Amino acid sequence: MRAGLKTAALVLALLLPLVAWPTPAVLTIGNGTEPESLDPQKATGVSAGNVLRDLYEGLTGVSPGGNIVPAAAESWQWSDDGRRLQLRLRDGLRWANGDPLTAEHYAAGLRRLLDPATASGYANLFAAIEHGREVLAGRLPPSALGLRAEDARTLTIGLERPMPNLPALLAHPAASPIHPADLVGDPKPDARIGNGAYRLAEWALQSRITLLRNRNYWNDRQTAIGEVRYLPTEDLNSELKRYRAGELDVTTSVPSTQADWIRRTFGNELHVATYLGSYFYGLNLTRPPFAGNKPLRQALSMAIDRQVIATKVLHALATPAWSYIPPGIRDYTPQVPGWAQWSRGQREAEAQRLYAAAGYSAAKPLQVEIRYNTSDDHKRIAVVIAAMWKQVLGAEVTLVNEEWKVFLQHRRERRDTQAFRNTWIADSDDALGFAEILGSAHPRNDSGYADAGYDALVHEAGEARDLRLRREKLEAAEQQMLDDAPIVPIYFYASKHLVKPRVDGWQDNILDWHYSKDLRLRER
Amino acid sequence: MLSRAAMRLLTALPTLLVLVALSFFLMHAAPGGPFDSERSLAPEIEARLAAHFHLDEPVWMQFGRYLGGLLHGDLGPSLQYEGRSVASLIADGAPVSAAVGAAALLLAIIGGVAIGAIAAMRRDGGLDRGLMLLALVGLSLPSYVVAPLLILVFALALDWLPAGGWDGPSSVLLPAVALALPQMAAVARLTRGALGDVLAAPWIRTARAKGLPERLIVFRHALKPALLPVVSWLGPAAAGLMTGSVVVEQVFGIPGIGRYFVQGALNRDYTLVLGVVLFYGALVIAFNFLVDLAYGALDPRARLE
Repeated sequence: MRAGLKTAALVLALLLPLVAWPTPAVLTIGNGTEPESLDPQKATGVSAGNVLRDLYEGLTGVSPGGNIVPAAAESWQWSDDGRRLQLRLRDGLRWANGDPLTAEHYAAGLRRLLDPATASGYANLFAAIEHGREVLAGRLPPSALGLRAEDARTLTIGLERPMPNLPALLAHPAASPIHPADLVGDPKPDARIGNGAYRLAEWALQSRITLLRNRNYWNDRQTAIGEVRYLPTEDLNSELKRYRAGELDVTTSVPSTQADWIRRTFGNELHVATYLGSYFYGLNLTRPPFAGNKPLRQALSMAIDRQVIATKVLHALATPAWSYIPPGIRDYTPQVPGWAQWSRGQREAEAQRLYAAAGYSAAKPLQVEIRYNTSDDHKRIAVVIAAMWKQVLGAEVTLVNEEWKVFLQHRRERRDTQAFRNTWIADSDDALGFAEILGSAHPRNDSGYADAGYDALVHEAGEARDLRLRREKLEAAEQQMLDDAPIVPIYFYASKHLVKPRVDGWQDNILDWHYSKDLRLRER
Repeated sequence: MLSRAAMRLLTALPTLLVLVALSFFLMHAAPGGPFDSERSLAPEIEARLAAHFHLDEPVWMQFGRYLGGLLHGDLGPSLQYEGRSVASLIADGAPVSAAVGAAALLLAIIGGVAIGAIAAMRRDGGLDRGLMLLALVGLSLPSYVVAPLLILVFALALDWLPAGGWDGPSSVLLPAVALALPQMAAVARLTRGALGDVLAAPWIRTARAKGLPERLIVFRHALKPALLPVVSWLGPAAAGLMTGSVVVEQVFGIPGIGRYFVQGALNRDYTLVLGVVLFYGALVIAFNFLVDLAYGALDPRARLE
């Protein structure tokens, strides 16, 4: 009897934790393609950025609503000439391993970013730091950069030209600090030391990245979720199934072809928000038929019914675009051309008039090629645009589909392309980044647009200290560019996520940045 | 038979060398490079990266460098995954692919031989026709159709198994079935065909005349010779299954090496593609060698050759 009681008590004691202790809250996030690196200065790509924002904390950060907020720096101040930013770090900051974190470590991170030996894809973001260009080109050592740690808590950044968006850029993972130990040799991909709200517990390549809360983080008290898992989800249909099976709390995207079903089934679990990306067709201005033929370029742009593409082809998971720089960008007003408001009949009539003025007719139709890289969405859009050009103008369009890297090379060479699919996704909430791409000297200017007036406006915007002046210049530049039509805007990207109702604190923002420390899990 | 196996071993090295050379020059002939991206790096940085990975050298020199590394057992660094060697990527992924592949192989053989044997015993009957129709369907259904269907039924509708990921033994089952189905169908058809022929042979008639039960005739006497075509199918099929499939790995989100064939090629990760091609090639040769040995055990004629 007593033995029986003992056993019963033992069994109860063993079972108790299962009942009384809730399982620790784990947030599981679908993260798209596997990050190629978690080195904050070397990694590029959206999926790496998502993880790095949890692992490292920048001097500044982004609030759930998308505003720039103090992070490791509690305050910052501009010099009067707008060329010097002084940041004051919080007291008692520590690395995840407990070592003290100082202003010098942030300076070291930026030096490493601009060091040509690092070969970072994001180095250009900070090229405006004093001597940035020379350091990037290898003419000066990284120590020559205008970065100074005045003391353990004060960092001064000197600039060659005004950069009003520098505080915003400092939230980018590329500006993360670097631990002195990680500057020596080549640390293993999963062994770097961070300073974010989470630390890397495990990285099983192509399987999962597990983060645990960093007890040494200055604001760890506010962290609600103990464990975060990022799972690679390359196949969006499979990701959706795993979300339905309850294996994921957040998806990286949704398959656009199932958008209507998803809307019906998941209601407000689907989050669609404007994103910092523009999808457009580039027109190669260095060879026929687009070289020196502005009416033709304008005619092709006007002949496209963007509304049809955004709603019918992309199932309203995108916003139709009549201009290039996305709406919602800070300090900028979208430059929508007047004809965007016209009726369809008016637009088509004007397109036909311009087409004729460009020297084409039913007897002598335009023969043009649309080139795009392999993808169902790109293909469907190309087919629809070809049909519109045919129907409205009578143009004869051929579609050329190329594998990604082949496409990139052809697009860059500007030798074989005519009209081609193009896109720009910005790294920061700043219109200048978009405008620069179409500058005559920019390596990504695949259209070969070279206009002295446009270049001057963009340059003046870059030099402007005053935000209003900067904005005027940028807006004037886009207006001129849209009139010259070296590109044909088609749609603005949207971020698309499914988020389980149990995830609290998720807010859509234009950067599509969501720090795990700002989220909570509601108990079931 | 032994001489054939020995020949295989002797030709293995030159075969692999040709394989590597072909893959190397084909990869490098494709337009675009590993560091091309939507973002496009500054020219000086691209030049520096190219120099770091010796991509600025003439292709034949890069090939020599690669072969030199191979001699030391070095497959080189991955160009895509920063700070990871090709050898470590294969070492991490291969056990996963092998686990799923071995389970699939087992399923394919057991299921396929059983179905084939039953069909052969009921040759031209309703059961035979039904099974062979099923096998035809199994052969023609691509895994990107079968895999999502399996998830839909067993993970979403029945909630028996996970919809994806790599978390313990339960994650092996669905991918293994998806991989196994077409192979099982192939085995079933091979077994049925061969067993049908054997069952029509005079010595089987003798066995029947002796009054042996049908079950004994099929499983003890007829099946062994009938399995010869299945065994020769086994070599390349096993190598294929063990090195994973990009479709099944992506649909189920499992961390095998099948994806590296396709992704590596698309990303122009030259060293990674060469590494997995080499690995695959070595496996094919190894399994074919095993098949030769198995042939000897199964077929007395082969032993006399």
